[in-house]
Amino acid sequence: MQKNVKNKIIAKNLNLFYGQVQALKNINFNINEKEITALIGPSGCGKSTFLRTLNRMNDLIQDAKVKGMVLIDGSNIYDSSVDVVALRKRIGMVFQSPNPFSMSIYDNIAYGPRIHGIKDKRKLDEIVEKSLKQAVLWDEVKDNLNKSALSISGGQQQRLCIARVLAVEPEVLLMDEPTSALDPISTLRLEELVQELKKHYTIVIVTHNMQQAARVSDVTAFFLNGELIEYDVTENMFTKPKDQRTEDYITGRFG
Amino acid sequence: MSPEGINNIKRRNITNTVFHGLLFLSTLIGIMFLIVLIAQILIKGLGWLDWDFITNFPSRFPKKAGIKSALVGTIWVISFTALFSFPLGVGTAIYLEEYSKKSWYNRLLQINISNLAGVPSIVYGMLGLAVFVKLFNFERSILSASLTLTLLILPVIIVASQEALKSVPNSLKEGSYALGMSKWQTITGVVLPFALPGILTGTILALSRAIGEAAPLIMVGAFGYVAFLPKGPMDYFTTLPIQIFNWTSRPQSEFQNIAAAGIIVLLILLLSANAVAIILRNKYQKRI
Repeated sequence: MQKNVKNKIIAKNLNLFYGQVQALKNINFNINEKEITALIGPSGCGKSTFLRTLNRMNDLIQDAKVKGMVLIDGSNIYDSSVDVVALRKRIGMVFQSPNPFSMSIYDNIAYGPRIHGIKDKRKLDEIVEKSLKQAVLWDEVKDNLNKSALSISGGQQQRLCIARVLAVEPEVLLMDEPTSALDPISTLRLEELVQELKKHYTIVIVTHNMQQAARVSDVTAFFLNGELIEYDVTENMFTKPKDQRTEDYITGRFG
Repeated sequence: MSPEGINNIKRRNITNTVFHGLLFLSTLIGIMFLIVLIAQILIKGLGWLDWDFITNFPSRFPKKAGIKSALVGTIWVISFTALFSFPLGVGTAIYLEEYSKKSWYNRLLQINISNLAGVPSIVYGMLGLAVFVKLFNFERSILSASLTLTLLILPVIIVASQEALKSVPNSLKEGSYALGMSKWQTITGVVLPFALPGILTGTILALSRAIGEAAPLIMVGAFGYVAFLPKGPMDYFTTLPIQIFNWTSRPQSEFQNIAAAGIIVLLILLLSANAVAIILRNKYQKRI
């Protein structure tokens, strides 16, 4: 990279197996702080699996095994001394389709902070307002905070899910195809939001949509069959890719 | 369209009508039997059903006989059964669904639980007699009866709760884990609230099955004639089905009618239990 930025996440010789199947093959990848990194590639290429290694979400899958290292701020998150629950508080995640809990909008946001020990009502109010403002949802829901989170639109729900993650004050935001279930206008709003969030968070976003990667990201990485083929500044990736396979994919020859 | 095509459509319409009729008829048969049964019981029993019947103890004089000790006994037995079976059943279901690894051992447990749900209730009665009455020396008490009924309905509660837990979308659990929640926090905060209507419905239906059971309680030693109210879980007891069974086996025809009146009380109790299940389910579903 030409810019002088800090590496927030470093994957070193990272391999992942689902039983006998190797889903990630020797990934070496540096992700910069306060930048947006987009992961692209055809279905089943390992981009989502890689994203899930970064907050150890793959631990939930019974026969997933990880070899290698993921360093966040220099320390290996796969070290046996690491507390997974504390790790996931630092590395927030937004999923493919909105998954608000079946409670009020307010309680969805306050859920995380409450369990992490904040009981004071005024403090919680503050966090809810701040998170919803950060997720650009406040003006739309401020009069209906006690309404069920399932009563708002899909686009609003997805922003609610982002606000819910922001409420526990993570350092990194992982987004797994966050706009795949949204209409074009909601998608646009979410992309604007992601640009805004970049000021404070390191963001890694998986996307099926190459235009989206080109629009929002600073760095793009191309995955294929479990391998990280190449990654570079987004502009370079889309204008002069080094690998033939990358070029084939971004010019639409497969995938 | 060709004549054969039109003919074909006609034939298909006739088949449709015939099967519509047959299916309606099969539904009707079940409902008719139910109506005849209820009508017969109401005709026989309604005349005997009054406040005295609820507040009197059983008696050898039909006019004085009442259902007080059986009704109170049923409430005692079912309360204790609920107290034992709900936490045990839901706890087991949570363990099997959320904690245990999917191994041969887990599958073995699962198969056995499903098998237990099919064991005849009299067998549980024999088990209760051998273990609770004799081995643990709880005697012929409310406690022995509740523990026996707990064993009887536990598999049903476990399976129903497991189904309810399985219906919780994975995305909700992941959403909770991604916020830095531990497994237990995810279960109490997200999984259980979502699964609760299903768990409650399953539990209440299992409990209403237990309310209607007579066979295992006869084995455990319920009494046919109890002229006092139980004061604690170690007391002797009788329940509605036992009392009804006792009355039906008497030669005098008045007692048949009293039995019918007892059945009406039992039916009202069961229907109210089911109503509570429906109300609870609707109440919690509205929140979602």
